[in-house]
Amino acid sequence: KSSVQTIGEEQIQNPYTELLVLKGHQDIVRFLVQIDDCRFASAGDDGIIFLWNAQTGEKLHELHGHTHKITAIAPFSSSDGTEEKTDMIITASADRTVIVWDCTSGRQVQKVSCFHSTVKCLTVLQRLNVWLSGGSDLCVWNRKLDLLCKTSHLTDAGISALVELPKNCVAAAVGKELIIFRLSASNNGSEGWNVLEVKRLVDHQDNILSLVSVNDLTFVTGSHVGELIVWDALDWTKRAAECNFWDSSVHPDVQPEIKLSQSPNETSVQHLTSDEECVFAAVGKGIYVYNLQMKRVIACQRTAHDSSVLHIEKLPNRQLISCSEDGSVRIWELREKQHLPAEPVPTGFFNMWGFGRANKQVNQAAKKMQENTPMYFLELVGDLIGHSSAVQMFLYFGELGLATCSADHLIILWKDGERESSLRSLALFKKLAQNGDLQLKL
Amino acid sequence: MISAPDVVAFTREEELEDDLYREPPLPEEYSVPLFPFAGQGANPWAKVAGSKFTRDFILISEFSEQVGPQPLLTIPDDAKVSGTFDLNYFSLRIMSVDYQASFVGHPPGSAYPKLNFVEDSKVVLGDSKEGAFAYVHHLTLYDLEARGFVRPFCMAYISADEHKIMQQFQELSAEFSKASECLKTGNRKAFANELEKKLKDLDYTRTVLHNETEQQKKANDKGYYTTQAIEKANELASVEKSIIEHQDLLRQIRSYPYRKLKESEFHPYEPECALDRADVDGDQDPTASDPTEPGETHLYTHMPSYTPKLIKAKSAKCFDKKLKTLKELCDVYFFTQTLDQLHHIERTFRGDVCYLLTEQISRALLKQQSVTNFLFEDVSFLDEKPPEKQYRGCQGLGQDAIDEKCSEESLAPKVVISLGSYKSSVECVPIKMEQEMEDSEEPKMSESVMSEHQENLDYLDADIKGSISSGESIEVLGTEKSGSGLTKSESQASLPVIPSPQAGRSKVGSRRTVSEDSIEVLSTCPSESLIPEDFKASYPSAINEEPYVDDDEGGLRFTPRLNPGVDDGLDDISKQESLVQVDAACCIGKESPNFLEPLPELGQKPCEEDGVVRIPPQPYRAAEQGLRGGFPSHDGLSGGLQPYELDSRYLTGSREVSKSSLDECSDSMSYISSATSTCSDRTPSPAHLACATGERHRKRAGQNALRFIRQYPFAHPAIYSLLSGRTLVVLGEDEAMVKKLVTALSIFVPNCGVYAKPVKHWVTSPLHLVDFQKWKLIGLQRTVSPAGVNVLHALSRYSRYLSILDADSKTLRCPLYKGTVVARLADHRTQIKRGSTYYMHVQSILTQLCSKAFLFTFCHHLHLPISERESEESVVNRRINFLKLQLGLANEDIKIVQYLAELLKLHYIQEPGQGGNPLLRFDYVPSFLYKI
Repeated sequence: KSSVQTIGEEQIQNPYTELLVLKGHQDIVRFLVQIDDCRFASAGDDGIIFLWNAQTGEKLHELHGHTHKITAIAPFSSSDGTEEKTDMIITASADRTVIVWDCTSGRQVQKVSCFHSTVKCLTVLQRLNVWLSGGSDLCVWNRKLDLLCKTSHLTDAGISALVELPKNCVAAAVGKELIIFRLSASNNGSEGWNVLEVKRLVDHQDNILSLVSVNDLTFVTGSHVGELIVWDALDWTKRAAECNFWDSSVHPDVQPEIKLSQSPNETSVQHLTSDEECVFAAVGKGIYVYNLQMKRVIACQRTAHDSSVLHIEKLPNRQLISCSEDGSVRIWELREKQHLPAEPVPTGFFNMWGFGRANKQVNQAAKKMQENTPMYFLELVGDLIGHSSAVQMFLYFGELGLATCSADHLIILWKDGERESSLRSLALFKKLAQNGDLQLKL
Repeated sequence: MISAPDVVAFTREEELEDDLYREPPLPEEYSVPLFPFAGQGANPWAKVAGSKFTRDFILISEFSEQVGPQPLLTIPDDAKVSGTFDLNYFSLRIMSVDYQASFVGHPPGSAYPKLNFVEDSKVVLGDSKEGAFAYVHHLTLYDLEARGFVRPFCMAYISADEHKIMQQFQELSAEFSKASECLKTGNRKAFANELEKKLKDLDYTRTVLHNETEQQKKANDKGYYTTQAIEKANELASVEKSIIEHQDLLRQIRSYPYRKLKESEFHPYEPECALDRADVDGDQDPTASDPTEPGETHLYTHMPSYTPKLIKAKSAKCFDKKLKTLKELCDVYFFTQTLDQLHHIERTFRGDVCYLLTEQISRALLKQQSVTNFLFEDVSFLDEKPPEKQYRGCQGLGQDAIDEKCSEESLAPKVVISLGSYKSSVECVPIKMEQEMEDSEEPKMSESVMSEHQENLDYLDADIKGSISSGESIEVLGTEKSGSGLTKSESQASLPVIPSPQAGRSKVGSRRTVSEDSIEVLSTCPSESLIPEDFKASYPSAINEEPYVDDDEGGLRFTPRLNPGVDDGLDDISKQESLVQVDAACCIGKESPNFLEPLPELGQKPCEEDGVVRIPPQPYRAAEQGLRGGFPSHDGLSGGLQPYELDSRYLTGSREVSKSSLDECSDSMSYISSATSTCSDRTPSPAHLACATGERHRKRAGQNALRFIRQYPFAHPAIYSLLSGRTLVVLGEDEAMVKKLVTALSIFVPNCGVYAKPVKHWVTSPLHLVDFQKWKLIGLQRTVSPAGVNVLHALSRYSRYLSILDADSKTLRCPLYKGTVVARLADHRTQIKRGSTYYMHVQSILTQLCSKAFLFTFCHHLHLPISERESEESVVNRRINFLKLQLGLANEDIKIVQYLAELLKLHYIQEPGQGGNPLLRFDYVPSFLYKI
């Protein structure tokens, strides 16, 4: 029996009452990336990149150039100096090429195909006006796609994640290791850069799956076996580590029966996101909120989804959105718990009856470390069901809505029905005025 | 004051006998005579119970030079249709009113026989003894072997409903003109062919004769001619003459004035013929034709290889010869076209006139609702071009028809506006005043009628029926008039005719001498004695308008007030216009074809306070159209109608002039029903303007929907789901059953776009989100196979977007509905029995919804703040208040209107070019499981 919290059909707080299905892809859609306020790009295993209007769902461009699946995508806006701001995106593909596209014209700007391995991650360092590609080695490029420098061959597996750190440093996740590189201006030439390996951190027991920068001072890594390590971004020391938040023994208040067999898949840290205070981790099927100050998990939802959570994001309004392999997207709200639950009720009982709201206090599994600290819980405020297969990623567009992409080849644009309705009214009266139909005809 | 239901009640003597005795007897003027046909178990509203045929039909007759008038064929070609109706007799009647001055043959002073291109005449004829009324369309076909080369034919649309013939005259005329044009074109072609053959024969004969003469000359050197030789020479000469004559005929037929067709605005089959001919003649040699008329001659170049034969020089005008049949007289292609057209006419005009008129009105109104009509209406017909003629009289029906006519109207608003337009199809020839004086008392009738028209209509109705059936008062004017038609119409010209735009632009005079077109309206008015002589004289000028207000005063005596003098009476009489106009139906009012026509003022008059439509629908008046623009209106129907424009047919029998009042007028509801449903039960409902399949579909859908409503107690939430845009899935194992349910429910599904209903009748694969965007009603197969599990899984996964009607277990899972609209839409205790009726009921309620949605959508302040500072909240409040208070919507009904409004917005915003992404709107509302 599933212990996943469910919510009834009545979802007052769920604003998404309208959806648009964007069709175009012919294979799994894995990446969504925002270009500007109203445009985004999608890419996936079919090697095609689509540009969409986030408001209307209109397909703006269809970018063909890659022959294999896309492995990484990054927006790249060049707004330096006198030049007009042009929005570009960089895409890397399994065909070992990287292409820069102009988002406005939909044309291919440049193509690089001198890679020895697939580029798995791309990072743009706006500050330095360069971008990095991470495959089996790390390459540094300027915006004209000149190779500035590269590291030696690191590993066959390649760099799985890159994150920018202060002081011209980047952290690259290579297998279990975290390697810190520093970019330094080369002595010979104005635009030359050198890249140096500064440090290797080997604290993780398993492959590092996610790497995210919290602020200028902190970044966080998560591994396949569920380790979460908080690092100091300046001296690259371990600030804190949470290795076993899946372990029920740490959470005495959690019912033993919802402790699941701890296969690595169930505990891998799939995705991390953060705001200033907290790191939000998608661990297995659950979501955990780790407070950086308190250095502990302040709220968690052990089984937030039916299967692995693939992507989570924090919204400004204390809400959290997660998407999962089970094809659903859920909206959570982080709330302060009023009363400590004295006697947790078995969750399954209420689930059976579908009273999602009744067991919210029970089903959440807040971590209780000290008696008097305020506890939080994640309340499910809505779920979006539309995809028929794993939801790979989503993109939050604020009031424009939410774009989700999935293995069912679709992208769905979820919108606030009220807002859309009033926008349409506005458009209607504009058109009426245009047509001159507003005047009273006598 | 007695209301109509009371009056009706008193007429039923069996059940209410006791009551009747107990109560004081009714005043004389309120008593209602029993319906004369009640004993036969007939529908009391079928006033024509006396007629001998069961439904309308088309009769084609010929005035044969051998046997006289004879019926040729009926459409539909079914003996049951005409029943005991005497076709032979009726053929005689209709053929005897032919006004065609078809003078063919050797006109004095002309050397050769001359063909006249006679225009068709159009006559309305009534025979109340037979209970038959007919629109009669006379035409002349050419036949080389016939006397004077012409064969007079006529096509008649025969109906038991006089009213239908009168009201639909224009439409009938237009449609029959097409058929006639087609037939005549084919006939001309056949005639030309025949002539050419004949010429070849003659040519051949001449050659033979010539040779023989030569041979005789050679053989006979004696220098004198034998009688044989002289005979031969004479024969040769007569052949020569015959050739010349025939050549002349050929030239004439080829020079048929096509301009006429062009100017009369429809070219029924010409383009097609041209095409057709091109195909046919592609391989023919074009040598045979002398190209005097390059435009037309190609029509007659058809020259099948024909072996000429020797013919007797003496043309065989023998009566033992069999005349050609109609089919032989006409080119095959055109003949079938004609029959198709006639069948089309029969289909179009079958059924009750009320249907036809309602259909025309609603169609015209629909055209105006360009914003909302896509939602529930079948708008496919709007794309097709309306038949040119049909709506000529109704300006504003088509978008483009308005313009030219408007100017005319503004010039002479008092005058019958549409004379001009009318004229093009039917020449309105006021025929002979003298006769009118004698047998038409209706002008006066209208007076008396109108003053008392509100009082007891049932009575009058019954009364007139009685007089109809009595058969004494029928005038078949055609016969005696046909002889003198010409002179009469001439004399008419000298009469002071109504000043109308017509006068300026018509070639009335010239055409009239040919007397091609005339309308005969035969009267059934029994009571001559009531009418003062003097009023009759003023009749021709009585085509003017009577303000309705006068009517309200009640007890107006028009007769004394009316000034007989044509000149000074004009004003007064003009006020009578509304009445007289209607009255024309029962009079020999040749000069008032306007009985079909709108009056500008009429349309703008307010309908009565209670808004009840109390008259049968009239042909759509477009005069008020400007005001209503593209807005759907609640009272669109009543707005387009003239409540006071009573059908005088039912009033003419009245003998007392009594006071009338508005209230009494409102009592006349029952009258309306009687007036409108003359024969609805006798004939199948018409497939007017909609393809027969669509009509059948509606009927079936309506029937299924009725069954659904009666059978399923949870019909309301199901319908609510459809109306609010929530996809309804009908799940079941049996395909036929599921499809039936889907058909039933499909009438409640709003269209999302212009094109197709978002209904999918049968799906076997698991549903997906995309399907819910596209389809709002889906029939889904339930199987036990593993695939079926997937289907069910998908259903439960997407259950929030769906309402699921399980046809097998008779359950429904869908949101709660507590509104009131659907209850009106689908009352399981409804008395409606017929599918098509229920369909109409649904349409009317849905139209109401549409108009609410329209209002809601297009009220600016409901959606946008009035001032800059106004908060969003107050706008929302205003919106909700509007929905609740102004539109009177409760609970879930609001969602229906909101959904329709969204559809309207999308439809309006959407650029014509791009399709736009279909979007799916939904609500997070709990569903409930309903069981039987």
